[in-house]
Amino acid sequence: MEGRPLKQALARAQSRAKRRALLLVVPLLLFIVVTFVAPIGQMLLRSVHNDAFARNMPNVGAWFAENDGAPDEAAYSALVADLRLARENRTAGEVGTRINYELGGTRSLFTSGARGADDLEPPFATSLVEDDAKWADPQLWQVMRTASHAYTASFYLAALDLTRDGDGNIVRVPEGRAVYLSLFAKTFALSALITAICLLLGYPVAHLLATLPLAKSNLLMILVLLPFWTSLLVRTTSWMVLLQEQGVINNTLVATGITDTRLPMIYNQTGTVIAMVHILLPFMILPLYSVMRPIRPHYVRAARSLGATSWTAFRRVYLPQTVPGIGAGALLVFILAVGYYITPALVGGASGQLISNLIAYHMQDSLNWSMAAALAAILLAAVLLLYWLYDRLIGIDNMKLG
Amino acid sequence: MVADIGDGFVVFDHVQKSYDGETLVVKDLNLSIAKGEFLTMLGPSGSGKTTCLMMLAGFETATAGDIRLDGRPINAVPPHKRGIGMVFQNYALFPHMTVAENLAFPLEVRGIGKSEREAKITRALDMVQMGAFGARRPAQLSGGQQQRIALARALVFDPKLVLMDEPLGALDKQLREHMQFEIKRLHDDLGITVVYVTHDQGEALTMSDRIAVFNDGRIQQLAPPAALYETPENLFVASFIGENNRLEGTIEEVGPRSLVRLQTGELIDATPVNVHRKGQRTIVSIRPERVEFKPDMMPANAHTLDARVLEVVYMGDILRTRLAVAGSDDFIMKCRNTIGQTRLEPGQTVRIGWHPADARALDPL
Repeated sequence: MEGRPLKQALARAQSRAKRRALLLVVPLLLFIVVTFVAPIGQMLLRSVHNDAFARNMPNVGAWFAENDGAPDEAAYSALVADLRLARENRTAGEVGTRINYELGGTRSLFTSGARGADDLEPPFATSLVEDDAKWADPQLWQVMRTASHAYTASFYLAALDLTRDGDGNIVRVPEGRAVYLSLFAKTFALSALITAICLLLGYPVAHLLATLPLAKSNLLMILVLLPFWTSLLVRTTSWMVLLQEQGVINNTLVATGITDTRLPMIYNQTGTVIAMVHILLPFMILPLYSVMRPIRPHYVRAARSLGATSWTAFRRVYLPQTVPGIGAGALLVFILAVGYYITPALVGGASGQLISNLIAYHMQDSLNWSMAAALAAILLAAVLLLYWLYDRLIGIDNMKLG
Repeated sequence: MVADIGDGFVVFDHVQKSYDGETLVVKDLNLSIAKGEFLTMLGPSGSGKTTCLMMLAGFETATAGDIRLDGRPINAVPPHKRGIGMVFQNYALFPHMTVAENLAFPLEVRGIGKSEREAKITRALDMVQMGAFGARRPAQLSGGQQQRIALARALVFDPKLVLMDEPLGALDKQLREHMQFEIKRLHDDLGITVVYVTHDQGEALTMSDRIAVFNDGRIQQLAPPAALYETPENLFVASFIGENNRLEGTIEEVGPRSLVRLQTGELIDATPVNVHRKGQRTIVSIRPERVEFKPDMMPANAHTLDARVLEVVYMGDILRTRLAVAGSDDFIMKCRNTIGQTRLEPGQTVRIGWHPADARALDPL
């Protein structure tokens, strides 16, 4: 009887305010879409999409679409037609690179094949193979068949040390060429180790920060934050100075006679762990501190007055209350460590490299961006899995970042 | 001051405490608390009362002197071995445990078996009328309910001594009064010894057997509530507890009928407390409700003063009357709001007087 229902009236009354609020967040929304959502989406797309072969080799692609099994004369003539096309369009290198990702040493096969394609006479099945016997390799044809589809899972397979054999079955790559799985395992193991060390070192510091009188805790806080204000490169280089074979620590150890041999502490896993713990420590301390700060000393005192020893009071009363901080700090450090690049690159040597270094290699050196994207996507998936696990075990709303 | 502090249940024997090695927060504390007594430490903040409580609980160590519990020196006993229940100002209920887990904590650390534990928890919760709340978390309870749980937790392991550090400070007035009654009832029922710290004089007066008034690191007066209110021993106690009027003057006569001559020349009746000689300057303290303006309410030949009514504030149960007396503009007289009460009007002049025992000439100036 009041005319419009109440809900409608409320929506109308609030719509103006809502529009204004939306207008305020639009710039941020655009920024996130442009700088965050779009690149990640593009990366994910690139990891499953590579049309370098499919785009430039239409004839052989059509043959693959119609025929199964071993190549016949029609397949070879389609291939030669495509090679001539590639020569014309100067795309032989692009095509060769695509196949080369999956079958080593084939880039030159395509470039020289394209160069000589005009001189070939039919039947191409013999003339092409006479030119280079590799053209008859069933695995090459298998790879080309896969590559004739623009969308492919082969980068993910490769990132998991899997490949397709000549019959199209998914198999493990030979022992000597498997690098990714063990590197993933090493990355996660080292990140877990770094997280654990950060927790062990950071917990007492955070507790001290939270309980000291303000003047002293401020000073300590500056010391904790100081590394943040120093260039990452400077910090990493100073670790080089300290840890190297002729460095300060080794000199001291030898001079004091603690060891006779100089310890290899850098350009290996040890160096990566030491330097990364140092760099990531504040990310553990700060969430812990923000959780510990509001915990009043009353709780521990109450526990003590109720008959608990100081250890019991810590274990049963203090520690459980800091779990949100432990969770947040550990998650933060672990996720940062899993994707860390610059420090392992500088101090990691050969054994201290992490998966991110390999991603960088594929981005910069081998220019196999699809491979880099697949590796990065797997890393992202693993981190999301971890996040989900954390949510199940501790609850994300329990997390306090500061 | 205290000749023999004897062998009470809790004894502070010449206890001193300094945090910085320069100033003493507790100067020379001698206090004996009897078994089953409800003793309140009352004082402004910074007076040393909480420090004393913390020393008793074991969270602070005495710089000098002995603290004895049941005849045993406890200076070197860590807090968890003292077996003292404690209720904290903001309850300090463990937020990550349910109410029942909170109560189980002191029993678990004492290694008490599950069935006995549950029986004790049920009993303690029933004691504070919170039997139905065992499965709740502290955050789901109101302030008053949390207070009850804190109380139950401090009592569940049957301590002989319970310390309470301003436990009702965070509650609203009505709830506070109710809880005062509850705590007092538990004290009487269980026969425990309670040491209670507060800065709220009303709380101290309603609950305590004896009150120790703290100021400046010393006990200013240790007495039952009525004695503390009616016969304060010094100016601090008189002004800290209840309202009082102060008149400055000089002792005119000491003896069966002591007199003080005010600065404006009038003579008044007074009882000397810390002043003994004729001619000493002093401050006389008189409770507003003991001031009378009707001659038939005063003792015979009482000295009276001229007073002019400045303001009458109607407060329901009393009429708070501000008077100009002997050069002072804020002399307060409280008149009960009875049916026959004379209503004074501003501008009116009356003569006021009092019983000599109610005017206490306290400290020499």
